[in-house]
Amino acid sequence: MIHSLFLINSSSDIFLEKHWKSVISRSVCDYFFEVQEKAGEAENVPPVIHAGHHYLINIYREKIFFVSVIQSEVPPLFVIEFLHHVAETFQDYFGECSESAIKDNVVIVYELLEEMLDNGFPLATESNILKELIKPPNILRSVVNSITGSCNVGETLPTGQLSTIPWRRAGVKYTNNEAYFDVVEEIDAILDKTGSVVFAEIQGVIDACVNLTGMPDLTLSFMNPRLLDDVSFHPCVRFKRWESERVLSFIPPDGNFRLLSYHVSAQNLVAIPIYVKQNISFFETGSSGRLDITVGPKQTMGKTVEAVFVTINMPKVVLSANLTATQGNYTYNPVTKTLVWDIGKLSQQKLPNLKGSLTLQCGAPKPEESPSLNIDLKIQQLAISGLKVNRLDMYGEKYKPFKGVKYVSKAGKFQVRT
Amino acid sequence: MLDSNKDSLKLEAMKRIVAMIARGKNASDLFPAVVKNVACKNIEVKKLVYVYLVRYAEEQQDLALLSISTFQRGLKDPNQLIRASALRVLSSIRVTIIVPIMMLAIKEAASDMSPYVRKTAAHAIPKLYSLDPEQKDQLIEVIEKLLADKTTLVAGSVVMAFEEVCPERIDLIHKNYRKLCNLLIDVEEWGQVVIINMLTRYARTQFLNPNVNVKSDLIKSNPLGEKAFYGSDDEEGKEEKAEAAALAKRKPYVMDPDHRLLLRNTKPLLQSRNAAVVMAVAQLYFHLAPKAEVGVIAKALVRLMRSHSEVQYVVLQNVATMTIKRRGMFEPYLKSFYIRSTDPTQIKILKLEVLTNLANETNISTILREFQTYIKSMDKDFVAATIQAIGRCATNIGEVRDTCLNGLVQLLSNRDELVVAESVVVIKKLLQMQPEQHSDIIKHMAKLTDNIQVPMARASILWLIGEYCEHVPKIAPDVLRKMAKTFTNEEDIVKLQIINLAAKLYLTNSKQTKLLTQYVLNLAKYDQNYDIRDRARFIRQLIVPTDKSGALSKYAKKLFLALKPAPVLESPFKDRDHFQLGSLSHLLNAKAGGYQELPDWPETAPDPSVRNVEVPEWTKCSSREKRKEKKVEKPFYSDSEEESGPTESADSESDSASGSGSGSESEESGSGSESEESREESESEQEDKEDEEDKRKKKKKTDRGKVKAPAVESPERFFFIFSRFRFLILEVQRLASDSCSLRTSCRRWHKKTIAPSGSVKTYELLHRITGEGLGVEYCFSRQPFSPDAHMVAVQIMFTNNTNAETKNLHVEDPKLQSGMRIKEFPEIELLPPGEMVTVVMGIDFCDSTQAANFQLCTHIRKFFVSIQPPVGELMMPVFMTENEFKKEQGQLMGMNEISEKLTLGEKCQNEHGIVQRVTSAANVSRVPCGSDKECRFAGKTVSSGILVLVTVATKEERAAQLTVNCEKMVIGTMLVKDILQALTQ
Repeated sequence: MIHSLFLINSSSDIFLEKHWKSVISRSVCDYFFEVQEKAGEAENVPPVIHAGHHYLINIYREKIFFVSVIQSEVPPLFVIEFLHHVAETFQDYFGECSESAIKDNVVIVYELLEEMLDNGFPLATESNILKELIKPPNILRSVVNSITGSCNVGETLPTGQLSTIPWRRAGVKYTNNEAYFDVVEEIDAILDKTGSVVFAEIQGVIDACVNLTGMPDLTLSFMNPRLLDDVSFHPCVRFKRWESERVLSFIPPDGNFRLLSYHVSAQNLVAIPIYVKQNISFFETGSSGRLDITVGPKQTMGKTVEAVFVTINMPKVVLSANLTATQGNYTYNPVTKTLVWDIGKLSQQKLPNLKGSLTLQCGAPKPEESPSLNIDLKIQQLAISGLKVNRLDMYGEKYKPFKGVKYVSKAGKFQVRT
Repeated sequence: MLDSNKDSLKLEAMKRIVAMIARGKNASDLFPAVVKNVACKNIEVKKLVYVYLVRYAEEQQDLALLSISTFQRGLKDPNQLIRASALRVLSSIRVTIIVPIMMLAIKEAASDMSPYVRKTAAHAIPKLYSLDPEQKDQLIEVIEKLLADKTTLVAGSVVMAFEEVCPERIDLIHKNYRKLCNLLIDVEEWGQVVIINMLTRYARTQFLNPNVNVKSDLIKSNPLGEKAFYGSDDEEGKEEKAEAAALAKRKPYVMDPDHRLLLRNTKPLLQSRNAAVVMAVAQLYFHLAPKAEVGVIAKALVRLMRSHSEVQYVVLQNVATMTIKRRGMFEPYLKSFYIRSTDPTQIKILKLEVLTNLANETNISTILREFQTYIKSMDKDFVAATIQAIGRCATNIGEVRDTCLNGLVQLLSNRDELVVAESVVVIKKLLQMQPEQHSDIIKHMAKLTDNIQVPMARASILWLIGEYCEHVPKIAPDVLRKMAKTFTNEEDIVKLQIINLAAKLYLTNSKQTKLLTQYVLNLAKYDQNYDIRDRARFIRQLIVPTDKSGALSKYAKKLFLALKPAPVLESPFKDRDHFQLGSLSHLLNAKAGGYQELPDWPETAPDPSVRNVEVPEWTKCSSREKRKEKKVEKPFYSDSEEESGPTESADSESDSASGSGSGSESEESGSGSESEESREESESEQEDKEDEEDKRKKKKKTDRGKVKAPAVESPERFFFIFSRFRFLILEVQRLASDSCSLRTSCRRWHKKTIAPSGSVKTYELLHRITGEGLGVEYCFSRQPFSPDAHMVAVQIMFTNNTNAETKNLHVEDPKLQSGMRIKEFPEIELLPPGEMVTVVMGIDFCDSTQAANFQLCTHIRKFFVSIQPPVGELMMPVFMTENEFKKEQGQLMGMNEISEKLTLGEKCQNEHGIVQRVTSAANVSRVPCGSDKECRFAGKTVSSGILVLVTVATKEERAAQLTVNCEKMVIGTMLVKDILQALTQ
């Protein structure tokens, strides 16, 4: 399976290597560098590279390439999923998955990698088990450790690995018993020039933060479960009950986890919360262009639309922009050619507008391509699909937990074509 | 710092070393200093030493051996996690010398009682295999054993080991197939992927193709792409006829229930959060499911498109392959493949591929509109790919060919050269299909030669003009003239086309172009590139008539202006599905090392009964028991040939046989309890046996002598033989009850049981005063309870001390702990005054010392009574040799071992005394033993058949140590207490 792992930063330095079988020389990464150079941008590096006797499967996260070396047939998704899992574990442990964090905690990283894979096959990947084996670093502990000389490897041997519910450890205790659920929905949409919807769908997740004592057994039910078209669960959810009763029944992991992700399709159901009128044109002569964008709220169900951003990737020939915004402010980065307009809250009365002229490179022909608008927005207290949690019940424990549900809608990949 | 005795300093040093390893620096010089710390108490230091050791052991083999003993000790640790980690590190050390040690450790761990240790054993198998492939056969045995494991923890790992070591041994799966299917949903994610992939292959060899009947429909419903391949209609007809013939031969398809089981059990996994699992299920459905059911995977795959771009990349690759075969599946999700300007280029191109594959008459207009917006994109590679995609749509769907062509021609006026060039190439391909109608497009393109600089496009235009020079007779020579002027500055590919053009024009229109051609050929003659020089020489010979030129030049025109077939624009993903989807090989479209071909469906299904699992009873028992059972089925030890394999057991057999031979002598002392019939039966059996025994005697005369002599003399030997004898009768009894009708033998057993021997302790069930004259006592007869082997036989003696008759004695209303069962004795109709009657009832105590409560009823009264067994009565003797004993004991180490030091009581200082005390405290049998310092006993619990091993080791004076090994700790501890009491009194 996975033979070795190399971590490579953006300046092509291999700053960490780990081998699970016999050692493979780091020169194998030369194949990778070759491909990387050819691909140009980091995101265009193909995830699977054939390198002589080996295969390199890589992912790109937080400006780091995780390059794993494979010697024989293995499902590529298996490796990719695992590498992402490694990155997420680092994130979980160190708060960020950056090069400096990994370098600072190289010993813990090594211990983690050692536990996660045995002979290249995943062994312990549940974060609960890992945290029992290897305690995450924090400032207090590092101070204590340096004084007392104790270590951050757990003294107790993990029991979770042996239990039938590996995601939860035994003997959890809290003084405040709380369970919070965040319903987060993202709208993916493509609008065409005239503002009509080409494609729209809603992707949602329910992230949970559960701090409950003992072994609670939770049941979460929805007012309108039929909305959910396609779902994928955390392994703790009992699939049978979902199939038969459309309720989520589960023994939750301790702490933060993603309970469910779902998909709401059927185009007519998707309410697009804003509309955009735009006009970007370039003149044949005079090396200039004009830009005029108006954004307004639409179908927001009485909630305000907040944190609205409009991002435009301009053609390369655009040198600068001279615009006026009636609300918010704009910046134009002439290096990356991106125009960002930070609008803030949308109000019904006064529609924000951005208007002005663009300066093009002298002598360059009028650009053929038309830039598209990427829009970011947020609506609090609303799940745009209309999904509502009905109730949360707990069995198996005596106390009464504090329960809370929060709804947020965001723009996912929301794009307006021009 | 490593030599320091402070752990914190050692830790600091190890951390630095590990950081060095992580950066890829060589730290091998420190090996001796580090290895010393392998036995360090601090866990973190230990772990870091392990990391170091695994990394460098290969380079420093000799020194690495120093650490092995630590791990060997760890393998025997009572803590399962320590055992597991010891095995894990031991197997990770790649030193060939320790292969035998590893093999031994793996074998032992494979039968460990902790599933976690067994999982580690499964992990260790591929490691050992890669170190020494010659161990394969032995490893396969271990794999076979582990495959039979029932825990989810082990399943994934062992299938992984199976795939690495012996993927060709598909026969090992048969018996475990259904179990794997049922466990699948509870296995951890990574294991699921491996199991699903393996089961896909398995199913391909074992089941019939569910789509045989629909295949012909598929061809009909999919005429667009398909037609091109069956060049002529005849062929297609033939194909269909063959199909029909095949259909006629076949019976209507019925899906194997096991096939259905697999599909049913994998379906929920489409909901997994792990993309790899979803993909694995998707490929399983794609390869195995009937056509109508494959659709379910589309939704899940579309969902994966939301994930990281790497995941998208792989999923799209697979979707692209699927869309070629099963277009309908993804049609409803067409819009999910629309492209955003923020997608990475490689994702865009793959989405484009999928969109192109999905295009058909109904949706082509929306797709083309979508394509139009893509052409305006800033990403030039993507635009080029879009133009090609348009070309492919145009070739596949005849209706839109003209629209596409017009659109492409418009692109020719695009400012971007790349776009134009790509359009030219695509137009060229399209024009080849119907050149007659499009001479104006060719003219338009001819004009472009002045502007376009991209060599491929220029070459394409020149080729087009040459090919269709008859349609543009006026322009062609002019183009050639221009080209001749710039010939020296052109790229090679263009030069070749110029020569081609010249030759073609020479043949069709030699008047105008003769000189130009000569000129071009002369230029080419002195070109730097030999290809061009060759081509020029060849063409000159061919077209310019000279004296020497042979027959070929006559046909020059035919050669150059032959009608060329139009190119087929097809997807690069066509036919990729001969690789298993989701595999690395599929992604690379090349066979990766270790790839297992997906076998074709078999013509006829192999025997499905191979997957039938034996009667579940046997799977519960340990393999040891199974073996014994087999022996019983055989006519008693009939051929010594077969027994000769394990000499050890053969010996013990002759032992027991000799015991039975001398049984008649021992009768008075103990076994008077046997019923007449059963003894007769057993004797008849014995006689048969004795004949054989005689034969054997001749063979093993010397052995016999040794065995028999002490058998009579030493008391404990005698005891041993006695217990042996009892066991034998027991076996015979079972045999009898097997062969003749069960019920009759049972009844006989009930009636004829006689009071047990005096050594057996009796307990009071009902005092005669509380029982109003009815006194009831019970004892544990230590006989097997024949109606149900899992029950303990309790002998109950009723005494009627009154003057009246007691009638209708029976049991009523038992109140039992869960799992416990009771088999009542037959009702006693009449008990005359002063008489005594004995009955036997069976109770399954479920291996606990919980009391069984029930009511004892007479015709007038009810009494509440309860029977509580001493722990020693919950077991029955097991006979094993010393070696077997040691082996079993080795597997019951750790938490399962309880030992206690004691001082022996006065009366049991010799061996005989100990044996007597122990056997009276617990129903176990003596195990022969070489040393006289130790007495060993073995038994198993009646209800669940768990082994109980007792060892009493005597030391100086009266000190001794008692050890009990038993998987059930409660039983172990209680037994220790009881025996301790018996021995110290």
